[in-house]
Amino acid sequence: MGPVAGGRRPPVRIFRWVALSVFSVLLAFPFVWMAITSFKQTSDLYDVENNPFLFNEMPTLEHVELLLGETLFPRWLLNTAFAGTMVVLITLLLAVPAAYALARLTGRWGERLGIAIFLTYLIPPTLLFIPMSRVVSILGLQDSLWSIIVVYPTFTIPFSIWLLMAFFKSIPSELEDAAMVDGLTRFQAFLRLVIPISFSGILTVVIFTFTLVTQEFVYALTFISSASNQTIGVGVPIYLVRGDVYYWGSLMAACLIASLPIAVFYNLFLDRFIAGFTVGAVK
Amino acid sequence: MAVVETKDLTKVFTPGERGAVNDVNLLTREGEFMVFLGPSGSGKTTLLRMIAGLEDPTAGEILIGGRVVTHLAPRDRGIAMVFQSYALYPHLSVYKNISFPLRAQGVPKEEHRGKVEWAAGLLGIGELLERKPRELSGGERQRVALARAIVREPTVFLLDEPLSNLDAKLRASAREELTEFHDRVGTTTIYVTHDQIEAMAMGDRIVVLHEGFVRQVGSPREVYDDPADTFVATFLGSPPMNLVDHGDVLVGFRPEHLLPRSLVEGQAVEIGLRVTGIEYLGSERILYALIDRDRFAEQRVVAKLPATYDVGAAGGDAVDFAVAERHLRFFDKTSEKRTGARALEWA
Repeated sequence: MGPVAGGRRPPVRIFRWVALSVFSVLLAFPFVWMAITSFKQTSDLYDVENNPFLFNEMPTLEHVELLLGETLFPRWLLNTAFAGTMVVLITLLLAVPAAYALARLTGRWGERLGIAIFLTYLIPPTLLFIPMSRVVSILGLQDSLWSIIVVYPTFTIPFSIWLLMAFFKSIPSELEDAAMVDGLTRFQAFLRLVIPISFSGILTVVIFTFTLVTQEFVYALTFISSASNQTIGVGVPIYLVRGDVYYWGSLMAACLIASLPIAVFYNLFLDRFIAGFTVGAVK
Repeated sequence: MAVVETKDLTKVFTPGERGAVNDVNLLTREGEFMVFLGPSGSGKTTLLRMIAGLEDPTAGEILIGGRVVTHLAPRDRGIAMVFQSYALYPHLSVYKNISFPLRAQGVPKEEHRGKVEWAAGLLGIGELLERKPRELSGGERQRVALARAIVREPTVFLLDEPLSNLDAKLRASAREELTEFHDRVGTTTIYVTHDQIEAMAMGDRIVVLHEGFVRQVGSPREVYDDPADTFVATFLGSPPMNLVDHGDVLVGFRPEHLLPRSLVEGQAVEIGLRVTGIEYLGSERILYALIDRDRFAEQRVVAKLPATYDVGAAGGDAVDFAVAERHLRFFDKTSEKRTGARALEWA
């Protein structure tokens, strides 16, 4: 079998390299495309004779200047960051303990309740739209960033609970027993053991929630009308698409600036997402 | 160090059903190695978890070192526990795993290093301190779990099947190491297992549990030689004790005591056998047979012969066997409890 296995090896390696290259190109392409478009002159961009992958004319900063100087983009970025952070905090604060309680403490009712919570996630947002606007108006939050900070957790929390429940269930309860014998209360064991071990799950919740805030459109559009209170998800398409005129350069620059930090953040913790984090705990 | 005592300890998981643990009264001795032995579902782990404080008893009391701890949290009981899965903290290094109880209980930080090194040295894992649990072998993980248990010098050790995740070869040496370790630290230890070899080899005394009831408490020799009832008689020993129907009693004798007539000395009961099968197991031979004649005809028995004795008998052969009378045990047929010896009407 030796020679056969040895003979198969190089093709396997070549296949891996090919697969890796294809995926790298596929994933890097949107970023490259956004970057090129952001710095291309408009006349270059619209000329179909030109090679779209190259700068056929001198690169320009005019789209970025338009984005930063003539729109409220920096303000939207701040708004998004603020709303995103708040929604992430609210979601974590409610979903983490809820998921733990459902996973551990309520026996078989926990599971049913978990499914019930997940089902609420399946209700289309457009249906919830009218009751939500009543709530927002009763709270007096119309045209305020706080309107979406209140509304978004209603769909981030159920999803996050569901996701975290799976994580908490994969942690053997013997670990918590051991921590309690070793001198912690259940709550301390939750803080010092369960949360660090489920770090990758919590990180997934953070990224899911934050990305949702940056891209959500319907609620942000209806509840907030002033340009200065908008998030990038609404501000950018509204102010950079005027009638049938698309400011492609600026649009792409806006997308690039908004997506790069998330992509970098995600890559920093990539191994955490992939690693089977409880391996080695038992057996 | 301390003794552990349970008084009428009961755990009922589903009201109306039989309890997982029923009216258990036990008292360990100072520094004793006590083994809870039973098949799965016998309540041995539940009993241990109640002593640890991980399970609330339905009724009864638990005392550790004379102090009632029935409703205290696990952390306030002065115990340490090693779990079947070892339950090492996967995100922490071996050093941090071992020092975890010290940190959790607020031991001053300057004392940590010394204590961790002492515990790690005792178990020979001094070089592994910087590793993560996933980088350790099964045997190393087990030692880390033990080091973590011993580091804060508990009054009682609770061990829940700590060897069941090791392969057979490693298990034998780990058994020996654990016994030696216990002799060195001298801490009262309660050890749960379903493996009778572990129980016999390690226990000062064995508590045999079945369906949540204590069937017998005694030294390995007592529970093996003088089982209190038919459950203990058949649960211990491999193959189990032969039980032969004799009117209102069951007559029990160990397979190793059922020998060819010529090997049995003194007062003996003769039994004619018809061999139905032989297993060669290297150091010994197992003979499956039916009793051939008299009123016990067709009852199944098993004999264990040393490999040094040449059986000579093949399947279907009738041979004369015997059991020395002092090796006969009698059990009441209805209660299944041990009863006094009586004269047998063998013929």
